[in-house]
Amino acid sequence: MATKPVPIPATGGASETVMSRRGFLTQLGMLFNGLAAAVVAVPMVGFLLSAITRGRGHGYLSWVRLGQVADFPEGETRLATFRNPYVMPTDGATADTACWVRHIAGNEFQVFAVNCAHLGCPVRWFPQSGLFMCPCHGGAYYRDGSRASGPPERGLFQYPYKVENGRIAIQAGELPTPGAAVAVLTGEKPPCA
Amino acid sequence: MRVMIGKIGQWVDQRLQLAAPLREIAEHRVPRQTASWWYVFGSVALTVFVLQIVTGILLALVYVPSGAEAWSSLQALNHSVTLGWLIRAMHGWGSDFMIAIVLIHMVQVFLFGAYKFPRELTWILGVFLLLMTLGMAFTGQVLRFDQDAYWGLGIGASIASRVPVLGPAIVRLMLGGPIIAGATLSRFFALHVFVIPGLLIGFVCLHVLMVVTLGINEWPMPGRIVRRATYMNDYHELIKKEGEPFVPYAVWKDMFLAATIILAVAACAFYFGPFGPTGRPDPTIIQTVPKPDYFFLWLYALLSLLPPSLETPALLIGPVVVIAGLLLLPFLSGEGEKSWKRRPIAVLTVSLIAITLGTFTHLAGYTPWSPHMNAWSADPVPDEFIHGSTALERQGALVFQVKQCRNCHSLGESGGQRGPALDSVAVRLTQDQLIRQVIQGGGNMPAYGKNLSPAETTALVAFLETLHPKGQPPARDAARDVALKDDKSPGAQP
Repeated sequence: MATKPVPIPATGGASETVMSRRGFLTQLGMLFNGLAAAVVAVPMVGFLLSAITRGRGHGYLSWVRLGQVADFPEGETRLATFRNPYVMPTDGATADTACWVRHIAGNEFQVFAVNCAHLGCPVRWFPQSGLFMCPCHGGAYYRDGSRASGPPERGLFQYPYKVENGRIAIQAGELPTPGAAVAVLTGEKPPCA
Repeated sequence: MRVMIGKIGQWVDQRLQLAAPLREIAEHRVPRQTASWWYVFGSVALTVFVLQIVTGILLALVYVPSGAEAWSSLQALNHSVTLGWLIRAMHGWGSDFMIAIVLIHMVQVFLFGAYKFPRELTWILGVFLLLMTLGMAFTGQVLRFDQDAYWGLGIGASIASRVPVLGPAIVRLMLGGPIIAGATLSRFFALHVFVIPGLLIGFVCLHVLMVVTLGINEWPMPGRIVRRATYMNDYHELIKKEGEPFVPYAVWKDMFLAATIILAVAACAFYFGPFGPTGRPDPTIIQTVPKPDYFFLWLYALLSLLPPSLETPALLIGPVVVIAGLLLLPFLSGEGEKSWKRRPIAVLTVSLIAITLGTFTHLAGYTPWSPHMNAWSADPVPDEFIHGSTALERQGALVFQVKQCRNCHSLGESGGQRGPALDSVAVRLTQDQLIRQVIQGGGNMPAYGKNLSPAETTALVAFLETLHPKGQPPARDAARDVALKDDKSPGAQP
């Protein structure tokens, strides 16, 4: 910052280019306040961005049990619910999450997010026609989650799953959104165009 | 008594010293012609804003911004707290009125050329005020923490996630965590109650201050051209010649319309009641059809009707272009003609935007793009379509219902409108084309090949072939008839 020379007519003794004592102190005061602001800004910004930083890598994701394999008859697609692994005391029912579990055969499953791959509305399963339909903008998906029609640009989001001791578990914890790195997080490859 | 009040007033003002500047503001001179009903929308918007602040504070006395309790506290406001329903209704209707009035104000300012020199900054602040008003409407819809709010946040997150590179980070920042939950509601509460209103109050003060210091836009006369070099002098001449003090010359119209609008808000609130809340914000309840509030319906329609490939660019670039256009407007046409009578493009632009938004809003009222989730079980095939039909055709009608074709296709005006109405589909498609369309889908229809047995397909197509108006024959493939004829022995011909 450039320091302006301040004339000091009252004393008259000092040269014109010398900064006055008060001018210097004012500038020092500004600098001091800038320093104080920076010191408190660091934790403030850290607090503000904690929602992002905390979830780095696999931070928000963990394995969640959905139930016994026997709860999901082979060849059928059923709605399962689970409590989100990352919960705050004020979450209430919002931390409960639903997903569609398709039991193909044996230990082979597909677990779909209920959120439409278009804009996240909850899709419903119609076993008679073998379609998932979205009530919002008219997206539709086949039983294997691939896109059938409507505005979605891809198939339904899938959770990675594992079957252990007759129980099925999925890796979940973050809202799946079309542009987010969910595909990367869940190890799922986007469908080829 | 009067003397006493006067003395107290004097005592206070001796210390506060605000009476003189306030009087000066109230009596600032305005061109006589601007004491018009066209010039009242700004002050009416301000009045509704004050009403929103008052009703908002009242609601905050009871409302609990917690993901677990917000919905119950809204129920309490609606049903248990004395007059809670009315205050909620006034806040909700006030919000709709405020957006409407801000939009009317903006259109008036645009058509009267009031954004031109020297009022560019007043316009720019106005653009920010519009954005903040819309921001208040969206965050307010979230605070009504019901199913619409929950899934509306999901839509917001899905849109935000499409921002290249930063998308996922923006979503987490917006939601306050990995999912839509308590933290999300808390931060929208902070935005709705502290951040945006604080900015709004500051911007409104500057906006009004500039209206007073620069003077209200004179009534635009065709042929009276704005030039930077001469405008200020011309305006001062005008004020000197035919200026009148705002109070009391013009203010009574502002006051009358403001009071009318306040009464209208109260009447709507009293008659129609509060908005929602709809169902509990429980994401495991998926039997829901989320819909945005009135002033975002056009966006809902747009998101359904845009081709998929255009959607992300339109969502990310569209708002930037629109806002940049609004902000740059006073710099692109800061001089020249003010009167709408000499600005046909301005009038056409406003009309086009109004018609577009109106059409989208109207469409979103009955969402022809959404499947009717219950049509297959709730809307039976009308009698006239199966009257006198064969067993096979009736079986086909059954397949038509059970396979949820009705969710997207209407018959006799009931059923979904996602796909074309099938009342006369047999006129458009031959038997072979019907089979192909059912099995392979296409043109935005899913393929049903894997979900229909050959017998079901045969029955379904037999039923579809009966769908043609009386006296209008179904489409036939002439070549097929010839081929079938050749197969038959000549002796079998009648």
